[in-house]
Amino acid sequence: MSSEVLQAPLVLEYPFTRSTGPVIGAFLTGLREGVICGIRRADGTILCPPAEYDPLTAERLTEMVEVGQSGEVVSWAWNGEPRPMQPFDRPFAWALIRLDGADTSMLHAVFADGAEEMSTGMRVRVVWRSEREGHIADIAGFEPIPAEDPS
Amino acid sequence: MTGESAATDPLAPPSGLAAPVTVPEALASAEPVESVCTPIRLAYTYTPGRALSGYLRAMGDKRILGERCGTTGQVFVPPRGVSPLAGTATSDVVELPDTGYVDSFNITRVPIERRPDLKPPYCSAWIVLDGASVGFMGLVINIAPEEVRIGMRVQAVWKPDEELETSAANILGWEPTGEPDEVITDYERIGRVEAAPA
Repeated sequence: MSSEVLQAPLVLEYPFTRSTGPVIGAFLTGLREGVICGIRRADGTILCPPAEYDPLTAERLTEMVEVGQSGEVVSWAWNGEPRPMQPFDRPFAWALIRLDGADTSMLHAVFADGAEEMSTGMRVRVVWRSEREGHIADIAGFEPIPAEDPS
Repeated sequence: MTGESAATDPLAPPSGLAAPVTVPEALASAEPVESVCTPIRLAYTYTPGRALSGYLRAMGDKRILGERCGTTGQVFVPPRGVSPLAGTATSDVVELPDTGYVDSFNITRVPIERRPDLKPPYCSAWIVLDGASVGFMGLVINIAPEEVRIGMRVQAVWKPDEELETSAANILGWEPTGEPDEVITDYERIGRVEAAPA
């Protein structure tokens, strides 16, 4: 009997379609239209990305509001070896980004040339995909805003 | 969407969950997004291990191997090197015939993306080989799905010799032999094996 170790590629994949509900649906509608929405809590703070219910009081939330398209990196991790289906095919940073006007942060990709370009508190702005369909990937990622650029 | 169609449309969300949401002016007239495709994908290299490697190699010769539990005498296929009931290493390899019966089955009428080879309606079944203590999955072919029944005798249909690989895919499916059905009296046992004696 052969002693060669058998192995084979195996791919588990589910092309899963889910219904969005009214809040995530409105958020994704906004992305398709080039608008980023959060949702207002009773105390006036804004969750972005929005949630259907207040994470502290469990109140139903209904007032979607537009937030800014630039923001601040709250936390980040360098991804030196991107995998298939990740947002970018060369190294990039995963980051939590608090957009202007929002009080919570959103996970997305920052297109920086290297980890040395990344820092907590740095300013970034959205990079839209040219063809959008109502999906989080309508945001291609975020790019660093040079320090002298006021936007 | 009208109230009437919402009540009859199976894709409409339950009305109790669809709270009205106010949106910024810019989105007031935009067609709302109601569903999103979020594929889940895991790609890896599978290494079958000793018992399954022997099983797969035997498949290349159109043979089916199981393993016997030295404690209970039960025969498991595909073999895993261990008796799932006794928790002990299996004692010996058993060659099984490519004949058996349908223990239970399901007719699928919805196509699966990227499996154009599976044309609905098709019948997948739990096949118990002669001499095996458990069933394993297979397609029942060369018969109309609605004629498949529990207890029906079947035999493997193998790929042509020149196409055989080290793969369980060498069995294209299971076709009826025309023999009298197995008489199954204890439907409680279908799909199960009895616990090992204490």
